[in-house]
Amino acid sequence: MWKFVIPVAAFVALAVLFAVGLNPHRDIHALPSPLIGKAAPKFDLTDVMDPSRRVDTAALKGQVYVLNVWGTWCVACREEHDELLAIAQQHVVPLIGLDYMDQRDKARQWLTQLGNPYQSVGFDTDGRTAIDWGVYGAPETFLVDGQGRVIFKFISPMTAEVWQNEFVPRIAAARRSGA
Amino acid sequence: MRFLRPTLKLAALLLSSVLSFPVLAAGSVDVYGELENPALQARYEHITEDLRCLVCQNESIADSNVELAADLRRQVREMLIAGKSDDAIFKFMTDRYGEFVRFNPPLTPKTWLIWGAPFIMVAVGAVIIIRVARQRARLPLDDEPASET
Repeated sequence: MWKFVIPVAAFVALAVLFAVGLNPHRDIHALPSPLIGKAAPKFDLTDVMDPSRRVDTAALKGQVYVLNVWGTWCVACREEHDELLAIAQQHVVPLIGLDYMDQRDKARQWLTQLGNPYQSVGFDTDGRTAIDWGVYGAPETFLVDGQGRVIFKFISPMTAEVWQNEFVPRIAAARRSGA
Repeated sequence: MRFLRPTLKLAALLLSSVLSFPVLAAGSVDVYGELENPALQARYEHITEDLRCLVCQNESIADSNVELAADLRRQVREMLIAGKSDDAIFKFMTDRYGEFVRFNPPLTPKTWLIWGAPFIMVAVGAVIIIRVARQRARLPLDDEPASET
C-alpha cells in the first residue's frame, strides 16, 4: 500500500511545485507589495514639465487614481508608453506619473516627443518617494482608491489586457463602494 | 609559479582570486565612506548585509552597485545617525518592501516553514534510515555457513 502511495504523492507534490515554479507567465521578480490595503504614501514633488507646479497626493484625495513609476532610462517604460497614451485617451481615471532616477530635461523631451499621458508627473529627485512606495524597478503601476488606499500594484509594462482585466474592474469596484 | 604542477597552479590561482574578492567587493560600493562612530558603522554593516537588493535579488544592499541599493544604504545611514534602532530600520524596510527584503526573516507564523524546513528534512531522513536499518536487521544473514545449524 505505502509502496504505491508514497511515490505517487511525491510525484504529485513535485508536479505541483514545478507547475507553479516553472510557469513561464509567472514573473519571478514580481514581489507582492505590503502596501496593498494600506494608506498610499504621501508625497509632494515638483512637476517634471513645470517645476513651479506641485504634484501633491493631498490634492488627489477623494478620487481614484493610477500612479505609474517610470524613467527615461527604462526600456520597458518605452514599451508601455503607447498603451499609457491609449489609456489616457479613455479618460477613465487620472494617470499620475512618478519620474524616478531621472533627469528633468530628458524626461521633458520624452514626454514632448512621445506624447504625455499623465495629468501630472512628480519628479523624484533622490529616490525617496520611490522607497516610500516600495518601488524597486520600473515600470510599476499602482491603483489608489478614493480613501487614499493602495488597492493594486502591477509590476511590468502595461498592456491592454492587463488594463482591461486587472485595472478597469477594480476602478469600477472602488467607485461603486463609494470609495 | 613556473615550477608548480598545473593542478597546484590552478589551486593557487583559485585561492588568490577567492582571497582577493572580498577586498575588491568592499572597495567598490560605498560612496560616503565609513561612519565616524565605529559602533554605528558596525550596525550599518550588519543591517545592510541583512537587506536584500530587490533589483539583483541574491545580493545584499551592502554588496550591490545598483542605484536602488545606494539609495537604501543612504536611508539606513540616515536613520542610524538619527538614532533609530535596528528594529525600526528593519520595520521601515519591511513596511515598504515586505519580509522578502530581509535575508534573515524573523521567526513568525508566516516564516516558520522556512526556518523549520531543515529540521523537518533531517527528521524525515532519520525516519527513513531507521526503517531501512530495521528492515535489514530482520533479514537472514545469507553468508552464514549452513553446516553450523
